[in-house]
Amino acid sequence: MPEALSFLILGLYFVGTLLFLAFLLHRSEVLVKVAVFVAGAGFLAHTAALGLAIIATGQVPIMTFRDAMSFFAWGLVLVFLVVGLKRGLQVLGAFILPLAFLSLVSATLAPVEASGIAPVFQTVWVHVTLSILGTIGFAIAFVAGLMYLMQERLLKSKQFNVLNFKLPPLDFLDTLNQRSILFGFPLLTLGILTGAVSAQLTVGSYLSWNPEQVWALITWVFYFAVLMGRVTVGWRAKRAAYLTIVGFAGVILTFIGILMKSPQAIAHL
Amino acid sequence: MNIIVLGLNHRTAPVELRELLAIPDSRIGEALSRLRAYPGVKEAMFLGTCNRVEVYAVVEKGEWGFRKLEDFLVATHFSLSSEDLLPHLYRYSDEEAIAHLFRVSASLDSMVVGEPQILGQVKQAYELALTHRSSGVILNKVVKKAISVGKSVRTNTRIGEYAVSVSYAAVELAKKVFSNLEQQVVLLVGAGEMGKLAAQHLVNHGVKDVLLTTRNQHRALVLAERFQGQAVPYEQLRSTLPKADIVICATGAPHFVISKDDIEGAVHQRRNRPIFLIDITVPRNIDPAVKDVDNAFVFDIDDLKAHVGHNQDERLKEAATAEKMVKEEVESMLAWVRGLEATPTIVALRKKAEVIKNIELEKAFHRLGELSEKDRGAIEGLASAIVNKLLHGPLVTLKAEAQSQNGFAFIEAARRFFELQERDLHVFESQSEEAEAGNEASEESFSQKDRQ
Repeated sequence: MPEALSFLILGLYFVGTLLFLAFLLHRSEVLVKVAVFVAGAGFLAHTAALGLAIIATGQVPIMTFRDAMSFFAWGLVLVFLVVGLKRGLQVLGAFILPLAFLSLVSATLAPVEASGIAPVFQTVWVHVTLSILGTIGFAIAFVAGLMYLMQERLLKSKQFNVLNFKLPPLDFLDTLNQRSILFGFPLLTLGILTGAVSAQLTVGSYLSWNPEQVWALITWVFYFAVLMGRVTVGWRAKRAAYLTIVGFAGVILTFIGILMKSPQAIAHL
Repeated sequence: MNIIVLGLNHRTAPVELRELLAIPDSRIGEALSRLRAYPGVKEAMFLGTCNRVEVYAVVEKGEWGFRKLEDFLVATHFSLSSEDLLPHLYRYSDEEAIAHLFRVSASLDSMVVGEPQILGQVKQAYELALTHRSSGVILNKVVKKAISVGKSVRTNTRIGEYAVSVSYAAVELAKKVFSNLEQQVVLLVGAGEMGKLAAQHLVNHGVKDVLLTTRNQHRALVLAERFQGQAVPYEQLRSTLPKADIVICATGAPHFVISKDDIEGAVHQRRNRPIFLIDITVPRNIDPAVKDVDNAFVFDIDDLKAHVGHNQDERLKEAATAEKMVKEEVESMLAWVRGLEATPTIVALRKKAEVIKNIELEKAFHRLGELSEKDRGAIEGLASAIVNKLLHGPLVTLKAEAQSQNGFAFIEAARRFFELQERDLHVFESQSEEAEAGNEASEESFSQKDRQ
């Protein structure tokens, strides 16, 4: 995407992040309106950038690390705008927007050479898309978990401050956590399956036990356990919040693993 | 003419006295007509709530009016004497009276600043005055404005946003755990007054399932009827706990009724679904160690008070904003009321006629060119005669009717007919420097009309 446009997007998300954080700590209704406006502007610019890339290449740009992270950030902001504004929970922006901003920063900082596999097979493209969408689900679960722990801590310590006032009720956050994982998990499952098929097609084996594949499988098992634990032994509320935060750390590690790889290795994924 | 208010409130009088002065709605009509029967009381409204009893009136002379209103209040109850009553009364007139009503309506004068009931009570008092035709042009306008000020304070400040009663704080805290109270089950343990209040607040906020248990099974049944809930034998408290999302504990017991073990067991059985506990009594009924149980949230009376205290601070901050809003509105209201006096209206009308006459004469002389002194005099005489004859009727009527029951209606009508702005009335009343500016402005508007 054009350099100027990506800086504009970065700038808007940055300002939006600051505004949302300020909103979180002040009792101002004006701040949040401006914050949502800035985030919306950033999202529009981001969508335009993606649109330009699609026109130029005929495909959603996700095949490089940079593009994937950018697409991830775009998806996060989309979720915020849809879920947050529909439910009147602008406060979600104070958590989702910084995450989107950080992923965009990491996209910008990523070495340029960590890019480029030609999507020889359609399955690779599907694999990447599904994995990113699944990750968005886990990211939202992470945000919900983080907010849950904050609110829980405030209530337990009986601190009735602005933060306590603005954070949503615990059960809402727990439900959001669960639904996000329910959204992300099937996508990750399909992502891993299509990844295996792609590997079979490109290098001839479904699984070559490289670190990313192992991490991805561990992540999958972990979230599976989280989902099962909720249904069977009541891993909800505080425990679910902790688990999803840990799980997301695993997801980030997988990403870093991919970032460290050479272009050739990415093709092997 | 004066707008006056005579009354007492939670700060000036004990509840026993306020109770005596209460007038049931069914007898308000009779009371209001009794008020209107005092000669010189042109308009009246009675505002009675559990925290205040106030009579608003428009009277010919303030001092005299206060005495009539005192007589009226003393007469509301046979056991009252003026010695009982007088020390508790406050008296405001004109600007202060309007400001007082606006502050009352904005709930700035309430025991709990920002409480929502008072606005409805002012509305009701006004409707009763309307029904019984005891209010007139002035009170209608002033009270309507007070209601709109009250509304605007509620919508434009956050004065009503923070819970300020302990029992209500419980609801607000519960909402930080449960997003939808309708689906939650409340267990009320004991029959303490505060506990019942908290349960009532929760029911008002949508809670449908209420379980009740007290040592005295009969009491539990009575409570069950009140909350349309279900009474549970006290011995089953422990086994009932897991069913409850919200537990309110208000027994008179001098020891812990709910232990840490109980809650650990309950949370386990609930598969970690959070449980919210309110301990509203002193000494406490829930072991404070419950706070160490994950997914159990316990708040005692001090926590609730802390929550309320925090909210009270917030409300007072908002109240400062509200006071400013009220002040602005009082000023513009006052300008309107002052304009209703007969004298400034008459002066303004004469002045306006004079201005029009002079402008028209000026134009005519300009068109006619050189005129002899005599011609000029004749034309001026003609213009003056027309203006004076035209105004004679309205002015005489105004002067005469100003003293009557409908005087303000006449003055208001005259102001509308002759397009006399409140600003003009002001200006003519206080012959200040601003008067010059005002005159210029009005002259400008006349000449604009001429051009059209």
